[in-house]
Amino acid sequence: MLELFLFFLFAVLTVMGALGMLISRSPVASALWMVMTMFAVACLYLTLNAAFIGIVQILVYAGAIMVLFLFVIMLLNLEATPGLTRPSVGRVVAFVLGVAVLAQLLTIVALRFGPPLAGRPAAEAAETATARTLGLALLTDHAFALEIVGVLLLAATIGAVILAKKRFT
Amino acid sequence: MAVALNWYLALSAVLFTIGVLGVLLRRNAIVVFLSIELMLNAVNLTLVAFSQALGDVDGQILVFFVMSVAAAEAAVGLAIVIALFRNKETVNVDDLHLFRG
Repeated sequence: MLELFLFFLFAVLTVMGALGMLISRSPVASALWMVMTMFAVACLYLTLNAAFIGIVQILVYAGAIMVLFLFVIMLLNLEATPGLTRPSVGRVVAFVLGVAVLAQLLTIVALRFGPPLAGRPAAEAAETATARTLGLALLTDHAFALEIVGVLLLAATIGAVILAKKRFT
Repeated sequence: MAVALNWYLALSAVLFTIGVLGVLLRRNAIVVFLSIELMLNAVNLTLVAFSQALGDVDGQILVFFVMSVAAAEAAVGLAIVIALFRNKETVNVDDLHLFRG
């Protein structure tokens, strides 16, 4: 019962933050709504007994990526743009397409996964998601992918510096 | 896990759709980037929910890699936005058509 209550609490917070991000006019407000979404998603990971991923979510998304977004928004000094006020043919088509995507996804969820998977005991589920379990899998089975990701991050760092310095005409 | 897996999948579908709508409807490049991050988060939620329901740790390993790629993508994407703003004085994606002949 408590799990259900917590799930719906954080689900509502997540969707509220996402909608706020979608409809707010100022980019700063959008980014701050997104921070709320990130925190709520981290809490949803905690309700799934995935504590380590939840902490990493807060550190990486809310702590690093969103601060980078806010830094760029304030660096560029963007004024508030018109939000979703002007309806046009293209926007209506885009909205219909988005609703179609939602209908497809929910249909798949309703059809394919009708009977829910058997729930596992919380202690066992928490054991799957400890830093020890994840680290063992990451450094043994997926060591090569880990190295590739390291190279990717280095390339992204260098590329970001070069792109931001470049003055293409 | 008392909450059924279906609820997490449905929530993830809703979040993904809001991200799609953000990409399609908003014209500010930074908000488009935020919407892409939201879609990545929706997929991450699905991966973690399945991983915890099935007792398989590989789903959460994939979440790590998604987060790394998202960080790299945000860094490069925001650098491109900065470069565009320095040249064009705008981040409205309707006003940016460099490839138009």
